[in-house]
Amino acid sequence: MRVFPTRRLRALRKAMLGVVGLTGFLVVWQLIPTLGLINPLYLPYVTDVLARLFEQLVDLAFWRRLGSTMTSWAIGLTVATVAAVILGTVVGLVPFLRRATHTMVEFLRPIPSVALIPLAVLMFGIQRQAALVIIIYASFWQVFVQVIYGVADVDAVARDTARSFGLTRREQLSHLVLPTTLPYLMTGLRLAAAVALILAITAEMVIGNPGLGRMIELSRSAGDAAGLYALVVVTGLLGLMVNIVFRFIERRVLSWHQSVRGEEPL
Amino acid sequence: MTAYTGRIATTTRSRTVGSRIAASVLYPLGLPTLLLVLWGLVATRSTNRFFPDPLTIAEAFRETWIGPAFVEDVLPSLARLGLGVAASIVLGIAAGTVIGLTRWLRELLEPLLEFLRAIPPPVLIPVAMLLLGITDTMKIVVIVSGAIWPILLNTIEGVRGTDSVMTETAESFQVTWWERLWFLVLPAASPRIMAGVRQALSVALILMVISEMFASSSGLGYRIAYFQRNYLIAEMWSGILLLGLVGVFLAVAFGLVERRVLRWYHGIREVNRA
Repeated sequence: MRVFPTRRLRALRKAMLGVVGLTGFLVVWQLIPTLGLINPLYLPYVTDVLARLFEQLVDLAFWRRLGSTMTSWAIGLTVATVAAVILGTVVGLVPFLRRATHTMVEFLRPIPSVALIPLAVLMFGIQRQAALVIIIYASFWQVFVQVIYGVADVDAVARDTARSFGLTRREQLSHLVLPTTLPYLMTGLRLAAAVALILAITAEMVIGNPGLGRMIELSRSAGDAAGLYALVVVTGLLGLMVNIVFRFIERRVLSWHQSVRGEEPL
Repeated sequence: MTAYTGRIATTTRSRTVGSRIAASVLYPLGLPTLLLVLWGLVATRSTNRFFPDPLTIAEAFRETWIGPAFVEDVLPSLARLGLGVAASIVLGIAAGTVIGLTRWLRELLEPLLEFLRAIPPPVLIPVAMLLLGITDTMKIVVIVSGAIWPILLNTIEGVRGTDSVMTETAESFQVTWWERLWFLVLPAASPRIMAGVRQALSVALILMVISEMFASSSGLGYRIAYFQRNYLIAEMWSGILLLGLVGVFLAVAFGLVERRVLRWYHGIREVNRA
């Protein structure tokens, strides 16, 4: 019981230090243009940027663009995940398919998805579909590879046991393959969510379909530095939120799993 | 497709030398060849201009990239990529080790790093253009500012995860700081560090391409975007193919390096599993 106050003290100290770190960063940012180290035209004062950020938050047009970006993100992530889970399970469970597709996967996976941007533009023009091609391609592999690993990781003894107890194929899938694959799937999903967001914004920057990315590109070409930095902060916050939400989902879904239970203080 | 399946299954079952060689060739090359042939057949029949057949692409590949374009576009791109990755690795491991070993520093920087890592790296391209102009330095800075995070954060985690019994043993044997770093902390963190480097490589490649699509008059990314704008479809495909080859090459090279660096680690896991 005596351990408890020290632990709380430590958590408090940690939180305090974290706040100090963030504040320090903002102060240094404010000081650099103030001291004239970098022209405020290129690195605006942090106060200006934050003011612009709050201005954006009450602007309906901003939220529409944000919604547009997140819609692409959500559609892309969903399609990629569903396709990857189905294909990954089938390929992972059938040894012949695994061997036959190995080289294809090893060649297609490292192709940087942004290389496909020109192709997507040719096929769909400046539309959401072009962005979706890039988003789906990039996030598909993250999930697919994890699912294949996960499905292949089923314990041999457990599988033999299930077989000798006469579990049907469907029962084996839900009681054996699914629990084994779930941690892998959640890892893949978390990675894919981050990648999908990156590419949703990138696609808008390069292709020019409406959304936050195009807004960033427009503020750059207009020389609106404060607006540009404010949007960069927004994308950072978005990324942070996606990470936090998916980590939370992962912990929730895997609450029964050793990797999550082991983290709890004993 | 079904007939094909049947043939493979029988060749593996009969264990003559000839069929085994056939299987080892057919498995890795069967599906790609089949798809290429299919693509060729569909492409020659359809009127869709955006999907030329593989032979046309191969021809365009030879004409476009083998020659002066290789020196003018491909080599500078790869040089920037290499410099950016090298700088990320050095800076990421150095900073990660210091932060991972110092508790207060870690707690001080954790929320900040968490935020900076969450910024989608391509967003930094406009910022870097503003601060540095359209230069080679800017492109390398962009690559580093995106690729450093996986290495940095993985190094911090890896250094933190050093076995405490070993740390205490090293302490009680009065092993010097440098020796401890070199023989205990870095090797213990190396599996995590390598995982970070693998992620960093793909991020770096993406940033190399986009930074050139965005702001450049040379380089692989610029060329591909140029071909697309001028409707040079086969040339554009050959550029995508080249980028794919670069990606595959990086993955293979990384695999070789990783196997060497982590030989001891894979060995231990092998023993534990047996």
